[in-house]
Order: sequence, then C-alpha cells, then structure tokens
Amino acid sequence: MRTARPLIYLLLATLLALPWHAPKAGAVSEFVLDNGLKVLVKEDHRAPVAVSQLWYKVGASYEHGGITGLSHMLEHMMFKGTERYGPGEFSRLLAEAGASDNAFTGRDYTAYYQKLGVDKLELAFRLEADRMRGLLLDREEFLKERDVVAEERRLRTEDRPNSRLYEQFMAAAYVAGPYGHPVIGWMNDIQNYTVEDLAAWYERWYAPDNAVLVVAGDVEPGAVRALAEKHFGAIPAAGTAPPKPRREPAQTGPRHIEMSIPARLPYLVMGYKTPNIQTAGEAWEPYALTVLAAILDGGSSARLQRELVRGAEVAASASADYSLYQRLPGLFTLSGLPADGVPVARLETALEGVVERLRREPVSDDELERVKTQVVAEDVFQRDSVFYQALRLGMLETIGLDWRLDDAFVDAVRAVTAEQVQAVARRYLVADALTVARLDPQSMETRTVAGRAPSSPSQGGNARVH
Amino acid sequence: MSIRPLLAMLLMVAAALPARALPAIESWGSEQGARVLYVHAPEIPMVDVELVFDAGAARDGERDGLARMVNGLLEEGADGLDADAIATGFEDLGAVTGFSSQRDMASVSLRSLSAADKLAPATALLARLVARPDFPATAVERIRNQMRSALMQTRQSPGELANRAFYESLYPDHPYGAHPGGTEASLEGITQDALKAFHERYYVAANAVVAVVGDIGRADAQTLVEELLAGLPRGERAPPPEGPGAATGATLLIEYPAEQVHLLMGQRGMRRGDPDYFPLYLGNHILGGSGLVSRLAKAVREERGLSYSVSSGFIPMRDEGPFKVSLQTKAANAGEAMAVVEEVLAGFVAAGPDEDELEAAKDNIVNGFPLRVESNAKIGSYLAMMGFYDLPLDYLDTFTARVERVTAAQVREAFARRVDPAAFVRVLAGDLDAAQREALGVVVHDGE
Repeated sequence: MRTARPLIYLLLATLLALPWHAPKAGAVSEFVLDNGLKVLVKEDHRAPVAVSQLWYKVGASYEHGGITGLSHMLEHMMFKGTERYGPGEFSRLLAEAGASDNAFTGRDYTAYYQKLGVDKLELAFRLEADRMRGLLLDREEFLKERDVVAEERRLRTEDRPNSRLYEQFMAAAYVAGPYGHPVIGWMNDIQNYTVEDLAAWYERWYAPDNAVLVVAGDVEPGAVRALAEKHFGAIPAAGTAPPKPRREPAQTGPRHIEMSIPARLPYLVMGYKTPNIQTAGEAWEPYALTVLAAILDGGSSARLQRELVRGAEVAASASADYSLYQRLPGLFTLSGLPADGVPVARLETALEGVVERLRREPVSDDELERVKTQVVAEDVFQRDSVFYQALRLGMLETIGLDWRLDDAFVDAVRAVTAEQVQAVARRYLVADALTVARLDPQSMETRTVAGRAPSSPSQGGNARVH
Repeated sequence: MSIRPLLAMLLMVAAALPARALPAIESWGSEQGARVLYVHAPEIPMVDVELVFDAGAARDGERDGLARMVNGLLEEGADGLDADAIATGFEDLGAVTGFSSQRDMASVSLRSLSAADKLAPATALLARLVARPDFPATAVERIRNQMRSALMQTRQSPGELANRAFYESLYPDHPYGAHPGGTEASLEGITQDALKAFHERYYVAANAVVAVVGDIGRADAQTLVEELLAGLPRGERAPPPEGPGAATGATLLIEYPAEQVHLLMGQRGMRRGDPDYFPLYLGNHILGGSGLVSRLAKAVREERGLSYSVSSGFIPMRDEGPFKVSLQTKAANAGEAMAVVEEVLAGFVAAGPDEDELEAAKDNIVNGFPLRVESNAKIGSYLAMMGFYDLPLDYLDTFTARVERVTAAQVREAFARRVDPAAFVRVLAGDLDAAQREALGVVVHDGE
C-alpha cells in the first residue's frame, strides 16, 4: 500500500533542488520506477507544450504466422475503452484537453502518444496508465474495429501497386525472420483475429517492465517523475520474457520476384541483407552504411539524383534506404521508378552499376565531406521537432539500446572514412545477399467484377448509365 | 494537504521557464514591395526562409501544369549554374531547399544553419535561382517527363483520380478546376518561351511574400530579405483568380479496378479571411474536422466500422476553396457509407451543433492552440499563409478569443447559408456493380 507521504517528500525535494540541479537545456534525464518502467525526459522549453510517448516492446516482428498484424490491431483496440473509461471516453477527454493523440505500430514497437499543453500532461499519464492494464476488449467493439483495420489495409496496401510490391519483396527476402510479414498483417490473418488472440497478446506484452515512457517539452524532470510514480507506480511488473531470436538463415544467392498486377507504372525494389548497430561485426559498419546511403540519396547532389535521374535519365525517381536502429538485421534497399519509356531492367542494371562502383572505388572526399556537413546540420534542424526528439529516444530504448547512442551518432558518422564506406559495400552489397522485386504493370481495364453490367464507353464524361 | 496543489505548483514552475505562448510577429515591406513577416526564434541556431509567390496553378492560363513546371525548374539551372552545381552549392552548406506549387501558392523555401558562413551563401544562391532561372532545354524535357510520370501515378491512385474529378466538377471554367500537374497534352505544349514569360510575370517582388523564422535578428533579417529579392523587379501583384459559379448536383463515377471506393463530396466553401470563417471552422470541427470524436467519424467508423478514415473540411483559398467530405470503403459498402454521411450532414446542416458539442470543440481548439505554434516550422507556415492571404498581424493573437465568441446559433446559421448538400458534387472512384450504379444514380466520368 502506497501512501502520499513519500511522494510529497519527493516533490518538496525536487522543488528545493530545482535552482541548483536544473539540467541544461536539451539534456535527457533518466529514471526507472520500481516496477521496471523506464522514463526518459528531454527538456525543450521553447513552447509551453509537451509530448508524451509510451513505447511497448512489441510489434510485427514479435508475431508469428496466423496472427500477423495483431500488434497493430491491438493498437486500434487500445482506444476502445477500459474498465474505467468507456469506448470513446479516452479520445473525448484528450480532445477537450486540446491534445493531439494517436499511436503507431512498427516492426519492433507499438507506441502511443499525446501532444498537449504542458499543464495537461497529467491527463495523458492517467489515461495511458489506465489502459496499460485495464483494457476491456469488448467483442462488439472488436468486430467493428477489425473491419476498420481491413479497410486500412485496403487503403494502404491492396489498392496501391507499389505497396503490394514492397510487401512481396519483404516476404521474398525473409524466409524465417519475422521482418518478412507486413506490419499491418496479411488480409486473411486480419479477418480471422479473435478477441482471445488480442487478450493474450495484451496480457503478454503490456506491462511497465516492457515499456518506456518518453516525455519531451517544457517539463521539469522531477515533476515528470512524480507524475509517473503517481500514475504508473502501482502497476505491477509482469516479468515479460523477451521474444525468441528467430534468426534468418544465411542467404546464399540472389532472389528475383516479379509481380504482375493492374498498374500504370512499373516499379523496382532491390535489397541487400545488412547488419545493424546490434549485429555488426565492427562498431563502425552501420555508420559506414548510413554514410553510404547518404552518398547515394542524401539530397539532390547525391549519386542517384545526379547520375540516374539527371545524367543517364533512367529514373524518374530513385532512393536508397538503410536503418541502423533495428532489433533484427534489416535490408539496405534501393528502389525506383524508371523514367518515362525506360524498361525496368535498364534501371536495375543502372542501380547495379552504382553499387558496383561503390565496391570498386572509394567515394570522393567532397562527397564524404558533404554528407558529414549534412548530418551535422540535420542534427541541429531536428531540434525543431519535440516529437522527433522523443521518437529517437523511444525507438532506441525499445529495440534494446541505450538512448545515449543518439548523442554519439554525429561523432560516429564524422569518423567514417572513404575506405570504410568501400569496405561495407564490398562486404554487404553482394549478389548472394540480394533480393530484387519488379512490378510488371498489367492493363487496368481488363479486370471485371461478377454481376457487373458491360462497361459503357465514356463520352466526355457524360454517358448516363441505366 | 493533498498532493494535487503541489503538483500544480511544480508544473507552474516548469511553465515559468521562458516558454513562449505566441510568437511575436514583425512585418515590413521590402524595398521592392514584397510583404515580409518575421519571428525571432533564437533558441536553435538555424533559420527558415520561405518565399511565396502568387504563382500557383491558378495562373496557368491555357497551359495546365505551367506554374508547377516553372517552380520545379528553378533548381535545374540558373544564372549559368547547372542542376549539379546548384544542388552541390546548397548541400555543401548543409542547407535544405524546398519547392512546391499548388493552386494558389508557388513556394520556394530554405532551411539553413544560422552561422553567417552558411546562411549568407545559401541565401545568395537562392536569390540567383529565383531571379535568373535558365530553363535549360534538357532540364525542361526531363521535368516534362517527370511530370508525365507523376500523371501516370495519379492514374493508379483512385483517391487522386477522385480528387481531380472533384475539382474539375466544382470549378468548371475557373482556374481552380484544372489539375496543377497538367495533362499529357498541356505538358506537351509548354515551351521554353512560355516558361520564361510566366516567370517574368509572376516571380516578381510585388507578387511575393517572405516569411523568416529563426536565429536571426531583425536588422539581419531585413538585410537577408533584400539580398534574396535583389534580382527581382518590382513588377505587379497578380489579380485575384475568379470564374463562374459551380456545376451542382452531379454524382460522378470513375471506373477503377480497386477493392475500395473513394468517395468525395462537397461544394465551393470559403475564402481565407471569410467573414464566416470562425462559425464554419468551428462547425466543421464538430462535423468532421476533429478526428475520431467528430460526428462523421463516430457514425461511419466508430459505430459501423465502414472506413479507416472519414473527414470533412473547408480548404480556404484566395477564391472560394472547396468544402469537402471524404472517405474510402470497400466497394460493397459504398452505398451504406454514403447514406450514413448524407444523414449526418443533413442533420448537422438542419440543426447545427448542440451546446455540449460546441463547448467541447472550443476546449479542444483553445487548449490545443499552443501546439499550432510550437516549432519554427509551424510558425513559418503560419507566417507564409498570413502574408499570402493578407490576414491581419494579430490573427494568431486573436484566434482563440474569436473561437470562444462563436455561438451554436451562428454555426447553424452559417451552415444553413453556406452548405447545401442538394447542390453537392459527389465523386466515386472504384468498382461499383450495376445495382449500385442504379441506386446511386451515377454518371460515368472520364477519369483520364
């Protein structure tokens, strides 16, 4: 049984300590409650607002076949009522407080956030703590929300050719590893979720010792700590066991898939299996891969724009992507839309040529210096977003890393050499680790639906259908 | 003694640190006649500059896509520099540029570190792009091709197809009716001369607004703006876009092979600075502008699970921008979803909001107001918008008070006068069967 006394003592101590121990602006404070909830506070006193993000260590990569997308479905159900606050109450209370609130699910995390006036922060904590353990999972609400999620999938994936290609690409790249299935889940899995699936998932992963609370904005760490103790402190730890490793077997040759679906435009995605910050053999490798991605796609002066979009004019758009902050090894991807009239195979050859050159010769000093200048500038620019500052901390902690890595990022990138960039290209951007997916567009006019009347020719947009 | 007052006190201590509630906006006219809006935000060593010209697609004339092509070509060659030199010039400084062109606004933006050795050369380079673009022939062809690809992309997006048809129907013979990305035929007809002429007419100081936010003092900001505009002639401001009234009452179908039907419905709404802005804004907030707690979201998503996203909104523009309701649902549910929307709309237009709803909406807007101006990026967007649409400088300062003053009767009266579902244009893009077409009374629209 907790009493108010120690809390008051703590508050007074904090209050008294303020003038002498106020951390410098932008500093991060960290503390862990007795139940294992880690709390990070990043101060930004520019505006009287705060963002609160509660991150759970669960996401699509924790799921297995048959329940893919369940983490995302649970995210939806978290807005559907608890024992204390009925369906809609959560959103209503936050709306009246002027909060902007939502949630997002990724491969490695499920996160809930509220952006609000700093004087309303307690409401966010009260509601978030309440739904950490008190979710109702009402069957009626569940059935409606399952339909909403199916509509979300239709909107985001089924009716978007490039999204469908990317989904198939990931499924081809991973044989056993859980990055192979989509975050939103396969449609048939979505349509067959049960309330019991959700209850088990919620029970297993939603606990203070499997979560990280990040607060950024015009707050004082001692006050945040007191509020966190008050609202989250009484929730018991669950002793959550981490997920099984589910390591992807080594890839031993290139994989190619082709997707023939109705579309107007072709599309190409290529991906190489690469280590991340947790799995790299050498600490500098993920930073060298980060630099490599920027050499290719760090703006309009980078190689993809300069050489493929301008230069050879084989791409209408092209991009390179690598994320060093992941729980499991991911992919270094190259993707692009061929320029008008250019066959997709020509773009693929061109991208392979770009990669081959990275293996063959070191990047120039000018390019390397430009990338580093951009990283230093971006580090300043991102301070304009309180939300993004909190996001970086929460993401690191949720994938099992220390948030202090965020502070080390700029220096680690600045230390990368041209030889290291060439070394990671030679080591990881190799055919044996490559998966390629091509979208081969089929006519959009051929599909008909059973029971539909013959299509009437449209005449200047005025043919009436009878 | 309870702990609550103590907590409140602590939060007040936190709030007493120098956090600004509202930005202090300063404004002046540049030497050449551009309106400048500026906010000093010294906390982060960076500066945002946005230059907005009244040079969007509303100025396309007979050549749809011209405004966007001009805007896109600024960074493709200027003052003898080619695209590589321009890109390298900015990125060697760590600066980030942005170019966009919609119906009203054509915008050029720069984000740079505030250190003089970064900001000054970035500004000087931007000034050359804006004043002396070369429109090199190879770049013109490349951008033409890219815009063609963008058109193909809209053709594989039912949502974008529906949006295009919506604007076409709402604005026949009005500059807002054309697609800012143009058509295959119109893009083909755009010549280098046309690009140059458009630039000469519309990229002029008197037709520009400059927004500056960041770690730069007033005097330096003034110098920066003068340097940025130095190469531009004064020129003339563009007259307001106008056109005849809208077609009414049509229901169009764009045949498209997809699982979902995208539904858009609405009519012409309001201008920026409209006398009915606050009652309409507040009313729409309740109807469909406030996420999951709006009437439309409750009826369509929360109670029936018909759609992932459903919303309504006014898009205030120089001339009357649209009032638009949108949702997507699987084809089989299109009729039901549409009927639900019609019912909610009719109920709201007839009776307006109740007092509780109005209070809740005011609480949301007033309490959430600090979030709208919490970052330099958001402040900059407001400055550009306020400058472009000639809103008073106290627009942000008086915003919440004007929201508070709105009554339920005013909302009802404004909606009754300005929103008429019988006159709506309705556009569906998707795969409807014969029975659904019959039931909805649709006209097939040529989506090309």
